[in-house]
Amino acid sequence: MQQLISLLVENKPGALMRVAGVLTSRGYNIESLTVAKTIDPTLSIMTIVAEVGEDGRDLLIKQISRLVNVIKAVDLTDSRAVRRELVLIKIYVAEERRPALLTEAEIFRARVVDASPEAYTIEATGSPDKLNALIALLRSYGPIEMVRSGAMAMARAKQNKLPVPSYTEAALSEG
Amino acid sequence: MAMLSGAQILIESLVREGAEAVFGYPGGVTLPIYDVLYSHPLRHVLVRHEQNAAFAAQGYARATGKAGVCMATSGPGATNLTTGLVDALMDSIPVVAVTGQVPQALIGRDAFQEADTFGISRSATKHNYLVKDISELSQTVHEAFHIAVSGRPGPVLVDITKDVLLSKADYSDEQAMEPLRGYRLAAEPDADAIERAVEFLWRAERPYIYAGGGVISSSASAELVRFSELLEAPLAHTVMGLGAMPTGHPNFISMLGMHGSYAANMGVTECDTLIGLGVRFDDRVTGRLDKFAPGAKVLHVDIDPAEINKNRRADLGLVGDAKPVLRALNERLAETRATLGRERRVERLAWMEHVRAMKRDHPYVYEESTEEIKPQALMRKLDQISGGEAIVTVDVGQHQMWAAQHLRFNHPRLWQSSSGLGSMGFGLPAAMGAKFACADKTVIAIVGDGGFMMSLPELGTIAANRLPVKIIVMNNNTLGMVRQWQQLFYGKRYSEVDVASFPDASLLAAAFGIAGGSVADPADLDDALAHAFDEPGPYLLNVQVTPEECVYPMVPAGGAVSEMILRPEPEAAEAVAGD
Ligand SMILES: Cc1cc2nc3c(=O)[nH]c(=O)nc-3n(C[C@H](O)[C@H](O)[C@H](O)COP(=O)(O)OP(=O)(O)OC[C@H]3O[C@@H](n4cnc5c(N)ncnc54)[C@H](O)[C@@H]3O)c2cc1C
Ligand SMILES: Cc1ncc(C[n+]2csc(CCOP(=O)(O)OP(=O)(O)O)c2C)c(N)n1
Repeated sequence: MQQLISLLVENKPGALMRVAGVLTSRGYNIESLTVAKTIDPTLSIMTIVAEVGEDGRDLLIKQISRLVNVIKAVDLTDSRAVRRELVLIKIYVAEERRPALLTEAEIFRARVVDASPEAYTIEATGSPDKLNALIALLRSYGPIEMVRSGAMAMARAKQNKLPVPSYTEAALSEG
Repeated sequence: MAMLSGAQILIESLVREGAEAVFGYPGGVTLPIYDVLYSHPLRHVLVRHEQNAAFAAQGYARATGKAGVCMATSGPGATNLTTGLVDALMDSIPVVAVTGQVPQALIGRDAFQEADTFGISRSATKHNYLVKDISELSQTVHEAFHIAVSGRPGPVLVDITKDVLLSKADYSDEQAMEPLRGYRLAAEPDADAIERAVEFLWRAERPYIYAGGGVISSSASAELVRFSELLEAPLAHTVMGLGAMPTGHPNFISMLGMHGSYAANMGVTECDTLIGLGVRFDDRVTGRLDKFAPGAKVLHVDIDPAEINKNRRADLGLVGDAKPVLRALNERLAETRATLGRERRVERLAWMEHVRAMKRDHPYVYEESTEEIKPQALMRKLDQISGGEAIVTVDVGQHQMWAAQHLRFNHPRLWQSSSGLGSMGFGLPAAMGAKFACADKTVIAIVGDGGFMMSLPELGTIAANRLPVKIIVMNNNTLGMVRQWQQLFYGKRYSEVDVASFPDASLLAAAFGIAGGSVADPADLDDALAHAFDEPGPYLLNVQVTPEECVYPMVPAGGAVSEMILRPEPEAAEAVAGD
């Protein structure tokens, strides 16, 4: 099954390799992995989606947590986390079908970010399910190229929150 | 503050962190370090192969509990360390490895002797570093030692580029160290959890303690003994735990697992409460997991949260350092002994008697001989010599298991075995490290004829340092443990296990300038051993033993521990062929 993991890690050389290594050395396939700095630039948040067996889930979180650079790792698979992904889709679509395309894209709150005589480039964010539906729809208009960011997730429940300074705390410490 | 080179800062930092000896081998990029060592009081021991530097560092660490230090040059030096590091990782042994790296400007350009040491050692260490900035060197060495010895111990590698070794920076011993953000150590046990554990323990009618390497890393032997005495519970050790409770203690049963005793394995099978202390429910111990302590509730104490529920679900898991956890448990056990502790005491005492009786009725057995030296008889003789007080290192194979079965240990940190990785070639260099750490102790390396040949070059180190290590080669002319499996499970089709072309031990020893000899007749064994141990310097003794002996009891791979093969029964054994 697909496990959704969110973790706070020190932004140090090798940190990504270590986290990825815990998964790959066990033969788990990483579906997606996103990482970027937090408000505190010495810390990063990673979101990982990986194919992990039910018995392996808890152990995986603990084995990631024990890495020296990892501050906290949480399993968001079963929690009501906000889960979003960004997709860029270039669609080769004939002039006459463009208005219909735009109307349908609107339903998904997708926007055109680049246009050329042959193609539109469309940007959309949403849950993976929503994006899958959008992609399926766009494919009916013509050939597409696409790039997906992989999932990002943020916990709703307190116990799953990562201990990152919030904006106000960061502002206070600066002032 | 003084201006020092990176190489000087490294050596000063090692000394500051308590390093007493460095086991290493030089090379191009570590020249600046060796130039500092040339006139520095820090002791460097020149080994003959980097793998043995890592094993010797482990020998030092296993004997003392302090981090052992090894050093290698870039490329082949660093890759040669790897087996020793993985070995330390598997057995949770604190080691700090320092490697040189090509200059930063050359990294990634396939420079001479460049290897991705940082990448290669990622999965071989608890943590690793690549130092590219001299201002981080001192702090990094500090972190490396802290991470190696604290929490669940393990190896840490510090890879340093040559330009850092050559550049200069301010250095002071008093420099403040920054704390590590992502590295938290287990908290002290909380009172509620201890209370629950105490109630859990007193509910047991047939409690059984399964204690391992974690008790030794925790220096919790005294607490362990007291725990077993308060609970009046029998105790079995893993291979890694041997010596935590003195072998002669009346509550001690023996080693359990694949080559554990009948009593130890039946004890774990019949108990109703299993108390795992600093153990990792390794498959060599549990055999078939669903038949391991099948009727027992489990209390598991471990410093690493990832160990709880890893292989066996714990009814109660206590994350923490064994020593404070056992102290807290002991305190409450003592206070509740006369009340809660009385309820099931009769049952517990009967159980203790039952397990002790199994131990009495089923000792390790073997057929004695006046024609050949039996390997088990050799171990018993060595045990008499040691009297439970010598440091004994072993290699991997049959001799390792016979030594584990037959030697006594009155204290922790006397027994050294490459257990989790099972690396042949470990025993001899580990003995060197142990001897450097404990000059006043008798150090015996018991090795197989196969593994001895893997560590052969270290006779050079032993000779050069006049290290009075006693090397006992248990020579069965074969790669005995592999042969045992071929004998029992592959119809005696002995494939590539014949290593009979063993050199003449006295000539070999003499070639290195040390004393040595061979013995094959049981009637001469006492004299040969006396001679070896009377010799003030190192001694190499080749003991020719029964070639086709097998280690029993044996739990076939994947079998239940209660279904041990107790003695030679080839027919029964063939029925469970396969790995
Ligand atoms: C040929 C061969 C045969 C073998 N046969 C057997 C056999 O028959 N029986 C057997 O027992 N083994 C056998 N072994 C060894 C086996 O493979 C394992 O290495 C061994 O059983 C593991 O021991 P352990 O459970 O004590 O764990 P260790 O590897 O010693 O691990 C220590 C555990 O304690 C924890 N810990 C560390 N520090 C602390 C602390 N301060 N406080 C609390 N916990 C801590 C760690 O997190 C870890 O979980 C054999 C090995 C070989 C090579
Ligand atoms: C480096 C390494 N290679 C291979 C093995 C597999 N192996 C385990 S035991 C053994 C035989 C060891 O033979 P020997 O050293 O003669 O000891 P004995 O079993 O005869 O006591 C082998 C080859 C190993 N453990 N380590």
